[in-house]
Amino acid sequence: MSENLTLLAIVLGILHSGIRLATPYLYAAIGETFAQRSGVLNLGVEGIMLMGAFFGFYATFQTGNPWIGLVAAALTGSLMGLLMAVVSITFQAEQGISGIGLYMFGLGISSLLFKTMLGTVEGVQGFRELHFCLTSSFCLADIPILGDVFFSHSLLTYGAYALVPIATYVLNKTTWGLKVRSVGQNPEAADSLGVSVTGVRYASVILGASLAGIAGASLSISLLNIFQENMTNGIGFIAVALVYFGSWTPLGVMLGALLFSSINALQLWVQVLNLPIPSDVAVMLPYLLTIIALAIPFRRSLQPAALTKPFSRGEN
Amino acid sequence: MPVFAVLAAFAVGAVILLLQGVNPLEAYQSMIIGAFGSKNGLSDTLVKATPLLLVGLGIAIAFRGGVINIGAEGQIIMGSLFTTWVGLQLGNQVSGVIVIIIGLLAGAFMGGIWGAIPGYLKAQLGVNEILSTIMLNQIAIQIGYYLLRGPMMDPAEIAAGTNIPHSARLIKDIDMPRFTDIAQSLGITQSAKDLNLQGFLGEVYGVLTEPTRLHSGFIFAIIMAIVVYIFLWRTTIGYRIRAVGLNRHASRYAGMNVKRTMVLSMTLSGAFAGLAGAVEILGLHHRMFEPTAVSAGYGFSGIVAALFGKLHPLGIIPSSILFGGLLVGGDKMQRAMQVPQVLITAILGLVVLFVVSTDYIVRRRQNRRVDTNMRGEQPVEETAVAATAPEVTP
Repeated sequence: MSENLTLLAIVLGILHSGIRLATPYLYAAIGETFAQRSGVLNLGVEGIMLMGAFFGFYATFQTGNPWIGLVAAALTGSLMGLLMAVVSITFQAEQGISGIGLYMFGLGISSLLFKTMLGTVEGVQGFRELHFCLTSSFCLADIPILGDVFFSHSLLTYGAYALVPIATYVLNKTTWGLKVRSVGQNPEAADSLGVSVTGVRYASVILGASLAGIAGASLSISLLNIFQENMTNGIGFIAVALVYFGSWTPLGVMLGALLFSSINALQLWVQVLNLPIPSDVAVMLPYLLTIIALAIPFRRSLQPAALTKPFSRGEN
Repeated sequence: MPVFAVLAAFAVGAVILLLQGVNPLEAYQSMIIGAFGSKNGLSDTLVKATPLLLVGLGIAIAFRGGVINIGAEGQIIMGSLFTTWVGLQLGNQVSGVIVIIIGLLAGAFMGGIWGAIPGYLKAQLGVNEILSTIMLNQIAIQIGYYLLRGPMMDPAEIAAGTNIPHSARLIKDIDMPRFTDIAQSLGITQSAKDLNLQGFLGEVYGVLTEPTRLHSGFIFAIIMAIVVYIFLWRTTIGYRIRAVGLNRHASRYAGMNVKRTMVLSMTLSGAFAGLAGAVEILGLHHRMFEPTAVSAGYGFSGIVAALFGKLHPLGIIPSSILFGGLLVGGDKMQRAMQVPQVLITAILGLVVLFVVSTDYIVRRRQNRRVDTNMRGEQPVEETAVAATAPEVTP
């Protein structure tokens, strides 16, 4: 009986941290979905996240208001996105390489600013965990078993999940979403119909990057409430892969993000419980899984046809 | 063009320094002097140029072959792990030189496998190699930690109970000879003072003869650059790699096996990164430790070195020395001016962004040249294309 209870506690613990840890992946990967749907592979998400994490943290640290931090992170992200857009869209740079440049730039600048403007690791009071208290004595988080799993996260976490239906709607049901999809699928046709391929791609990349900035901030002013050098530790790169993994749809991305974060949570428990699986091997699993998922053939047919292909009118 | 990219990156770096309240001229001066001004700076620069050059050669092979290898970090780690393992196993059993050769081959082999996997996945299953190499980087890091915390951990660490994840030191017999060892075995005993060499010349002489960290891996890397040059431009396979990189479809029509060539490019690319790992172990560290500290970002900075060297094996030689100097100079600048060394990472990123952007400007100019040519006498191939292409502009 008590063994069953422990098992239940562990499963609930994994669920809780899985939902929580999916936050940065969701923001970054849904943002990247917009960029990739428009035909631009923004591999610099990791660097953008680091910049967003730093400025989000710094603004919160200075003002004490996480909302200002959130705005700062989104603005920083969109500036980084503008840089990526100029390089990849206007200058038609090879996107796989320019993304690495953007990553190194973001990693370098965020670490530099952290060292010169803060110096030491400090904490802030970021977005608090909500408990959905309906009355002074009853909170949804107090519901037995599942209350804590679903009703004890911060606003940024709920925002990340709210983004899934919003992004799906925008991509599939709005005119702008149609434009995004068309410039990613067949830019020549979109151009001949009067859609500004460059304009739509700029907007998509910048929107995606501002979400990547928020993804960084979700770490520094919500999940961890600190800033450290290179604190994203590969999340941004995973987010890019999650878009492939999720077949370029927000819902698919969410499933991928949950799978990824749950395995991460599982791996934390492997360490806590001293299970006979080396934790290094457990950490490796999600990456292996991603490679396997990328190899599943039918996914490729869903890829935006003009992904990574620069567009220039009248040439060729 | 890449020269302008580097100058532009430094200009932006200067603005960042100004914003930090640091005089950029002083900072850059301390950087240059730190990297190239003294015996120790120069030798450290060449020590860092060594893995940059080897990784850069691999990157150049991949990019020339039309595949993008972001996985050099993982390939370095896998190569250095296997080299260490071979060194630990063979240590005393065979003569040192043979173990060094086997160790280098082992590193290249394991790095090659770590490059072949994404190459094969791309060729056979269409898996984007950028993503798979990034995933394989993370997997390599975890394999490294697993081995160093488990089967490969230094017995001394286990005995002491400190459990720091590193291997035992390899025996001294299989250290790649340092420059000073070579100078001694050649019977060079005079110091710079004896020969009355002063200033920069004296420092260079010191680098070649006095005890520094500089090891023969640097010479090895230069030889490899020449080998890669001959391979890419003077052999059929090299020609095939470049042809596939320039135009996959044309190569297929010409009867080349495009898939096999792509796998080969990635394998060779990984092999050179693995070789860089092997040289770092045998020449510099003599043991394996924290995987990301061994790869030390060379997988990414190697891309910068390759791009700046215009993906030409011989061009990457000066390029890797320049960026090796930048890494060393950044360290010196941090000490002299209290400017964090991470500024270098940002500058490297900017170099990449500027190089790939200026590519476009160069391309545009070349296209315009073709256009003006076509107005005069049209080259035969162009006529053929023009004949089938519908006229759009009047």
